[in-house]
Amino acid sequence: MKYLLALLLGMIVGAIFLALALLYNPFAANRGASPLSVTDADVIALAYSAVPTESILYTNDGESMHAPRPDKVLQLWEAPIRQTSAMVSLLDNAGGEPAGIGVKFSSKSESSRPLKGAAIMDSAWYIYLPGRGSLFVAQQENYWPFLRQVAFPAWRSSANTWRGKWFGDMTSGPGALGTAAVAGASGSLRGRDMEAVESLSVLAFSSDQGFVSAEGRLLIAFPEPLSAAANPVR
Amino acid sequence: MIKTFLFGIVLGVIVAAGALYAFPVVDQARETSIIAVAPNGGTIESFHTKIPIDRVMTGAPARGELVPPGLEWPVGDLLAGVRMEMFKIRNARDAVVGVGVRTAARRGDEVVIDWMLHLPARGSLIVSMEPQPRESGARIGTIVSGSREFEELEGALAERWVANQSGDDDAPLGRIELRASYLSQLEPALMEEAAQ
Repeated sequence: MKYLLALLLGMIVGAIFLALALLYNPFAANRGASPLSVTDADVIALAYSAVPTESILYTNDGESMHAPRPDKVLQLWEAPIRQTSAMVSLLDNAGGEPAGIGVKFSSKSESSRPLKGAAIMDSAWYIYLPGRGSLFVAQQENYWPFLRQVAFPAWRSSANTWRGKWFGDMTSGPGALGTAAVAGASGSLRGRDMEAVESLSVLAFSSDQGFVSAEGRLLIAFPEPLSAAANPVR
Repeated sequence: MIKTFLFGIVLGVIVAAGALYAFPVVDQARETSIIAVAPNGGTIESFHTKIPIDRVMTGAPARGELVPPGLEWPVGDLLAGVRMEMFKIRNARDAVVGVGVRTAARRGDEVVIDWMLHLPARGSLIVSMEPQPRESGARIGTIVSGSREFEELEGALAERWVANQSGDDDAPLGRIELRASYLSQLEPALMEEAAQ
């Protein structure tokens, strides 16, 4: 009997070792600067508040960390959309001026692999920039570095909060260099294929309420120079 | 006993790693796709959204139209003439399979009408619609781009408003029907036939 207990205890310790190894794995570090952060291409830079309570609308299954906003918004409780969230947010340009509006749908991805340091979200942005047209951004985001460096420390702290400065590129695909695929749908952007990287800057996070202070950024790069009419924001 | 404990640790690591490898941490619920083969060789998939029960959001300059109650839609010139609606999307079997956003914007001569559909288990697609509906009442659009399952697809989407004729008190006002035609080459005339 005592051997069986020792074996079970050992297995529990082994499972904990594995969990700690995944959380503190030095080989699963951030990927470093995105290729678009050093590009010479024309770019559109957009920023938005990643805090759901500061968005125009946010909804999910109603049981997740972030509460839907406004209170009476329809929740996504049906099984095929239960692991999906929707956010509508005003988008600012690099100068901090409102530039347009964006809708982001994010769904947990079946390609998530904790053993490989991949906590993947499949997300799609619809962005409308008045006077310029609309964009579609399709991407995979990897939240593993965020979970390791922000969410887990917040969960571990006695106050269930994390404060500090964290910055990371969330986009991990589908582009070969870890970039998102962008397509211009209308206006002067119509027909243009582009690349993008979405990043997240977090100052405060609560494991009870989610983001307390955080900003998201989208950097959209054009593979060829824009005409004067298209007028990049940066 | 120490050897048993140490063996248990190794076994625990192997079992936990094996479990993480074998069992997916995310398992999206799937509804079977209902796709019909079109006479021209393409395929057609029907979606719809019931109004008002599937409406998640209506953002518009007119305060009286805002959904849900309490929505703080931005006021000012930037979004003047912009109407954005979000819906739950149902398949032909009336099961919710995704979410979608429809944007209609007018700024000077420029008219933008876009649909973006997001089906979590399959991917997303964006469609740019023609400014004016056809004589049949259907509006036709071109699939501009897509992700995952829709990445390699081209085609068109037709939207049509179908009012409810049942007369039941608890019946929805109607439905927006969406018919996606996945084609190698866009043929709007066939799409219009399909929409009818």
